[in-house]
Amino acid sequence: MTKNEALINYSLRIGDTCLILGQRMSEWCSNGPTLEEDIAMTNISLDLIGQARTMLTYAGEIEGKGRTEDDFAYKRNEREYFNSLLSERPNGHFGDTVARNFLQSAYFYHFYNALISSKDNMLSAHATKSIKEVTYHLRHSAEWVIRLGDGTSESKEKIQNSFDEIWDFVGDLFETNEVDRLLLNEGISVDQTKIQQEWNSTVTEVLTKAGLTRPNDGYMQTGRLEAKHSEYLGHLLAEMQFLQRAYPDAKW
Amino acid sequence: MEGLTQSSKDEIWKILAEIPDPEIPVITIEELGVLRDLQINNNKIIVTITPTYTGCPAMKLFEDEIKNTLLQKGYSDVFVKLSYTPAWTTDWITDEAKEKLKNFGIAPPVKGTEDKGLLFSLNKKNIPCPRCNSLNTTLKNQFGSTACKALYFCDDCLEPFDYFKCF
Repeated sequence: MTKNEALINYSLRIGDTCLILGQRMSEWCSNGPTLEEDIAMTNISLDLIGQARTMLTYAGEIEGKGRTEDDFAYKRNEREYFNSLLSERPNGHFGDTVARNFLQSAYFYHFYNALISSKDNMLSAHATKSIKEVTYHLRHSAEWVIRLGDGTSESKEKIQNSFDEIWDFVGDLFETNEVDRLLLNEGISVDQTKIQQEWNSTVTEVLTKAGLTRPNDGYMQTGRLEAKHSEYLGHLLAEMQFLQRAYPDAKW
Repeated sequence: MEGLTQSSKDEIWKILAEIPDPEIPVITIEELGVLRDLQINNNKIIVTITPTYTGCPAMKLFEDEIKNTLLQKGYSDVFVKLSYTPAWTTDWITDEAKEKLKNFGIAPPVKGTEDKGLLFSLNKKNIPCPRCNSLNTTLKNQFGSTACKALYFCDDCLEPFDYFKCF
């Protein structure tokens, strides 16, 4: 594997996770529990899709075969997507969305914080810009985790169940392979072990504040690095890619 | 067009500096800090802008607006370049522009608020209401009508207002 191949894959991992979570959040549009939350979730979706655009465009530039952000988003199959398994989890009820977003945003927060020091100028610039947005996302979901955990007995039970249900998928966030090792040596990628420690402390802090029990780290589902996904990604792509699949190269 | 000189560069900058923000027409793209650089290379005009937010839907509008405005003034060979470093920050919005935002009904970003970088927005400084200047205001939603705004409510004049959040 060359450095460029690794860098393309690394950019796709970031871009794909942003895109898929952004698409998930857009599904809340007009379905939010309150108008304010509807607006908040679609704003978060917009930020994530913006971050995805930067990273997918960058992957295309390094690849140098003329693939655009749209080619990456609309013309790849499930097994070519490198998003986290967590990001493709269905929205469920509001608490499920809050739990998923909190765990993913806490990851992005610490990930971007470290990526700012990347020797790759584009990744560093992207991280510097995106962390400002992710800070708002993390704060939004963390405050909701606390509000629901510290709320009524029903809200507490529901959000606890949301975390219990989704916990199998957090291990996937920290998996590494040859791409990470190659880029880490070049000072381009981040040290996932360090991210995991920081992520753990943020997650524990918020769950404790919320009066929730942190689920045990047991068997973890993985697959992100090999583009192996849960049953949910295919359905998501079918909807997201419908227009380009049915009418290839259709333009506005 | 004949060769572009330093004086045409100044003139082009003046034209660019007057282009209004498509969402907030009272301030210009220069005052907002989006317009970063202008280069003239072999009679090609290269305008550098920086995105406010990664998902800002106005970026395409900025680009179109720049090209159209220059075309109307007779400049056709225009390229718009996106630059990501240094990352845009609300600190670049000039004081004059902040005043204009306020008069437009949008509370300008307040330096030193805990907007930036914190996990919890506890003990936050209140944002003054752009209508009655009261500090007795409440954050209703960290995410507002556009990516750059939060929704506040004034507990004195009882009006909701937009706050341009710190980035």
